[in-house]
Parts: sequence; structure tokens; C-alpha cells
Amino acid sequence: MTGVFDRAAGEVAGQKKILPGKPRIAVGLATCGIAVGGEKVYERLQEIIKKTGVDISLAKTGCIGYCREEPLVNITIPGKPLVILHKVTEEDAEGIVEAVKKGTVPYKKALCRVPSWDHVTGTVITYGNGFDEIPLYADIPFFKHQKKVILRNAGFINPEDIDEYLAVGGYAAAEQALTRMDSETIISEVEKSGLRGRGGAGFPTGMKWRITRDAPGAAKYIICNADEGDPGAYMNRNEMESDPHMLIEGMIIGAYAIGAKEGLIYIRAEYPLAIRRLVHAIGEARALGLLGKDIIGAGFDFDIRIATGAGAFVCGESTALVASIEGRTGRPHPRPPRLTDPGGGLWGIPSDLNNVETWCNIPVIIRNGSGWYAKIGAEKNAGTKVFSLVGKVDRVGLVEVPLGTSLNTIVCDIGNGGAQGKKVKAVQTGGPSGGCIPVRLFDTPVNYESLNAVGSIMGSGGIVVMDEDTDMVDIARYFINFATGESCGKCVPCREGLRHTLILLNRLIARKGTAKDLETLALLADTIKNTSLCGLGQSAPNPVLTTLAYFREEYDALVKP
Amino acid sequence: MEEKTLEEIIARYDSPTGKVLGILGDIQRSEGYIPRETLEMLSVKIDVRISQLYSIVTFYSFFSLKPVGEHVITICMGTACHVRGAVGVLDALESLLDIHGDTTEDGKFSVTTKDNKFTVEIARCFGACSMAPVLQIDGTLYGYANPDTLPAILEQYGWRAA
Repeated sequence: MTGVFDRAAGEVAGQKKILPGKPRIAVGLATCGIAVGGEKVYERLQEIIKKTGVDISLAKTGCIGYCREEPLVNITIPGKPLVILHKVTEEDAEGIVEAVKKGTVPYKKALCRVPSWDHVTGTVITYGNGFDEIPLYADIPFFKHQKKVILRNAGFINPEDIDEYLAVGGYAAAEQALTRMDSETIISEVEKSGLRGRGGAGFPTGMKWRITRDAPGAAKYIICNADEGDPGAYMNRNEMESDPHMLIEGMIIGAYAIGAKEGLIYIRAEYPLAIRRLVHAIGEARALGLLGKDIIGAGFDFDIRIATGAGAFVCGESTALVASIEGRTGRPHPRPPRLTDPGGGLWGIPSDLNNVETWCNIPVIIRNGSGWYAKIGAEKNAGTKVFSLVGKVDRVGLVEVPLGTSLNTIVCDIGNGGAQGKKVKAVQTGGPSGGCIPVRLFDTPVNYESLNAVGSIMGSGGIVVMDEDTDMVDIARYFINFATGESCGKCVPCREGLRHTLILLNRLIARKGTAKDLETLALLADTIKNTSLCGLGQSAPNPVLTTLAYFREEYDALVKP
Repeated sequence: MEEKTLEEIIARYDSPTGKVLGILGDIQRSEGYIPRETLEMLSVKIDVRISQLYSIVTFYSFFSLKPVGEHVITICMGTACHVRGAVGVLDALESLLDIHGDTTEDGKFSVTTKDNKFTVEIARCFGACSMAPVLQIDGTLYGYANPDTLPAILEQYGWRAA
């Protein structure tokens, strides 16, 4: 079914769901919220509301990112601020309903209040005032250093209801792009915004779009890389689970600018909930005429398909990813041809590949303009980035900050340093391709160039904190073991070099290594880095190189004198 | 897997894009592994050489050629889980279930108890890093796992201390 898209009607319907004129209780139900009992809380609330017949609207939302405090529940009472309750259990459900019936909230469970929320794309939802004893959202240390652009809707709207996305300015950018902008204007806006690829490499997004659009041939593909393979990184999962329409909207705009009729989301099989929510959201978008034929009556046809991965880290590499979608083993080939070249993309058709978060940046750039966007972040590093702050840090969760924010702010101010009062020793960024950064370099601003300068990479956004108890040689071995298992086996430096690096590290950890082994380790790492075929091999030695550079004493301590 | 079920799975894919991995993923989810006969049947039905299907199944860690037990326990070995003690959780699990596993030639880890009740596998990352260490049993995630909480979790799946 394809109707004429009526944004205004959806917006009104959605606002009535967000502010229903009666109390609303919304439970944060992304994968992590469900795993710590969110679904049981939801079911119990549903049961009580049904049994008592009280007039309360019950909803599901995604995750606001404060994972340590989950399960989180939002309460909206007309005229009052939205209140976020934390660490809610099934047993709390009765008390919550009782309080809400009386027009209040259980104060003991309250984390913070939100009098109004800016959904960035031109919509501010005003909830109300009161509950002054509950701290303001902006005063909570975990939140106050953050800037929510990508996660603007996460935890506030129901990801399974397109009306709620429309209510907060959703699809306004797509409508604007398709009805009032041409391809050149859109691409030039994306170029001027300064947006760079959020998968880790930092290639200018607008330039990639332009290259794909201008490649020979009328047919083009766009692909979303949702194969978030870096262990320790889960921001893409939350972006898809909490706000799937943001991704779809970004892809619609990109497809229109590039001239693609078909888009693909390549998503890892380990994310069943994200897949379900995307499938549902794609269905909703089709029903409203936002996907399919003649989108928004603009004479443009486009649809999105989902392809699932099957657990191969190397498939984050573009040529391997395409091989995987085509039904082959995910082994990279030398570039050129690049994906954007004729013969290089999916089924040989020039293809534009961007990470989930890159696509998610598009609607806000179009809606608020490249000038607005370019002002966020730092020189040559425009915009915000979502990081998963995990490991041995006190406040674990998803953190969104402008690029250029220091590691100190992220780990110490937002994360409150080590868990259980332990001293933080280092962070690891960029997954198996990244490196370990010692605490003495925590004034490093998190941007593409600065992280490279200290031997690590931005990567997709995982920040794993290590404390005084973490053995850095073991961390190096962990990553080399990972990379050895994930090496596709095509080129010798990666296949054999990593295997021998692992043997050396095992020998060192067994205290059977020598000073000569340390030399060999460094030499081997250098060789693998410089001679491997693809990014996996070229970056796999980084964990060894950085731990050797910054934690040499831990290696020396393992070597017999 | 019955021929009819396989045909139903194949029918879900109307485009070659993402088809082969999609079908194999559906078989894996339905059976818990990929039976050899199903792979042979699939080869004929979609006209892809069995050698190619075999190379795919052994390349990607999501697929398994070995039958699994009644319940599948997957331990996450992502970075966050590693630094928060996943190795200790795996060791404890092996000792509770009286199994001992090693990574096989194709880099996979899959061990089944003698009574065929449990299969233990490892995953690279579930993306549930905030509650590391994490394990999954039959699709349900359990966070903040540690050797002490394991017995209570396992009991829900019919395990009893020896």
C-alpha cells in the first residue's frame, strides 16, 4: 500500500502518543534493557494497568545510553517534567502505578527530570514543571558533558512507531531533500558539513557520494554497513534499536542524491532485535509511501533490503563485505577497483558504502544546514560521535560528545574513572585495529588525527577502559588471538605473521620468552603492518605496537634477565 | 531438515542479494547447526556448488556443521567481557558441565556435554558490553555473569550439581 505521504498528520498523531494528555509510562527496551529485566517490568506494568483499569498509556522506548542504571523507565504526567526512573525491577511496578495514579512519581527511584527535550531537528517537546527535588537531566554528571545529536530520540520515542518519529521532526529532512533540493545541492551540503565516515576511516562522506554518483552507468547501489564487528562497540546496535527511522531517512536522502534505486543494510546476525526493528520500520515507511515507488510524490523510486552477515570481522572491509552479500566467503581483494568504481561494487555496480552512524548524521545535516553542523566538534572533525564506554569504568554506557572532546572528559568526567574506585591505566580505542592509550595521554582530543598520532584509531567508537589490574601483555595477546582467528588467510603477512606473533606472546606470558623475542615481536608487527593486503592485517599489530611503546615495562618484567 | 521447510526458507529470498548467507543463517537458526544433508539438498536447489557452500559455512563463525545439544550456551569473548573476566566464566562453566574444549581447526569453539544437554560456544561480541561479562542461553542474554552466579542460571535449564 502506498499513500500520499502526509507528514503533518503523522506528526499530530505522534505527538498525541508522546503527550497523550494522560500519564504515560515508557520502558527502555533495547537489548541491554531487556537483558537486565526491562521486559519483565513492562509485562508487570501491563498486567497491573489492565487489572486495575487505570487510564495510563504504556509504551516502549529505546535506550538513552546510561546502561549502568538500567532498566530505565520514563514517566510523563501531564504538565509535569518527564522523569527517568532507574534500576527498576518488577517489584517496583506496583508502586510506580500507585504513584502515577496520584499524579506523582516514586522519588526514591528517580534518576532525573526533563522539563523539555530538544529533538534537534526543529522540535522541542515541552513536558512541564514541578518535581523540583529530583535533579535535572543537565545536572547529572553522566549526561551533562554530552551533546545528543545522533541519540536525540533514543530513549524518548517508541522505535516501533513511525508516528513518534514523525512527531519529533522525523522525515522532514527527507521531504525537504526530495521536494526542494537537487542532487548537487544535497551532496554539496554534506560536503560542506565536514561529515567524515563514522565506521572509523574518516573518509569525507560527501566526496564518496559524489564519486559514486559520477561513476559511469545509470545504476548505483547504496549500502549501510551495520556489521559492527569491533568487540566492545555497540553504538550502532543502539542507534538501530532505538531510532531505526533515522537510519532509513538518511539512506533515502543519500539514495536520492546518488541516484540509487536500491539500498542494502548489511547487518550482523548477532543483532536479532535490531533486525526485527529495522524490518518493522521499513514496513512502516513503505506503508506511508516513504519507500517504494514515487516517494513523497517526488517521482523517485527507492527501496531498502536487509542482508545478514554471519560473523566475520573482516567483512567490515568493503570488498569483503560485498563478497559476503554476493554469497561468497568474505575475502578482500586489492583496491582498485574500489566499491565506487564500475566493476567494483555490489554485482559490479558502483556502490556507496557508509556506516550506520554516518547515515544517521544525514537527516540533521539537511534539516539544520551544513553551517549548523560544521560548528559542532573540532577543526576537520565536525559533528558528534557516539562512543561505547565500557570495561573497567564506573559509569558504563553510550556517550555522545562533539569530536575533539578529550579522553579525560569521556573517561573521568562522564565515566567517573575506574570501577570500584580502581585507578584507570589505559583505554583501548578502535577495537582490534586500534591501540592502547595510557592515562598520561588522556588530554588527547578524540579526533581522527590525534588518535592516529598516538598509535590508535578512532574506529567505530568502542572505548574499553583498563584499570591497574589489567595485564597489558594479555590485552595484546587477546587482540592478536582475535585477529588471528579473523584473518581470512588470503595474504601471508596477516595469516602467518599474526600466528607467529601469537606464539611469541604466548611464550612471553608463559615466562619462557627472551629479550630477542621482544625484538622479533616488534619487527614482525612492523612487517605485518606494512605488507598486509587489507586494513585488517595492516592495523592488527596496533595493539602490540602501542602496548610495547607505552607499557614496555610489563613486557620486560616477563622476560628472563 | 525436511525438504519442504528448506523450500520455504529459500522462497523468502527473491533476490540474489544476500541470499546465500540469508538461507544458511535461517537453517542455522532453525536447526542449531547446518546438517550435511541439508547442505547437499540446498546445493542442488539453488545451483551453487557444494564446495562453495562448504567454504562459506566454515568461513563464517555463525555457522556450525556439528549438531548441538538441547541448550546452547554462548559465552561472549568481546573486549569488555575479556577485561571483566569472561575467561574465568568459561573456565567455571567447563568445570560445572564437566567438559573441556579447544578452538577447532576452522577457528570455532563448540563443545557438547556427554548427555547432549548443553553445548558451549563462544561469540566475538554480542554488543551488550555494558553488562559484561555476558552469556547467552538459547537466545536469552544474561549480564554481569560470574562463576558464582552460573549454577543458578544453569539450574533454570535443568542442570543439577553432581
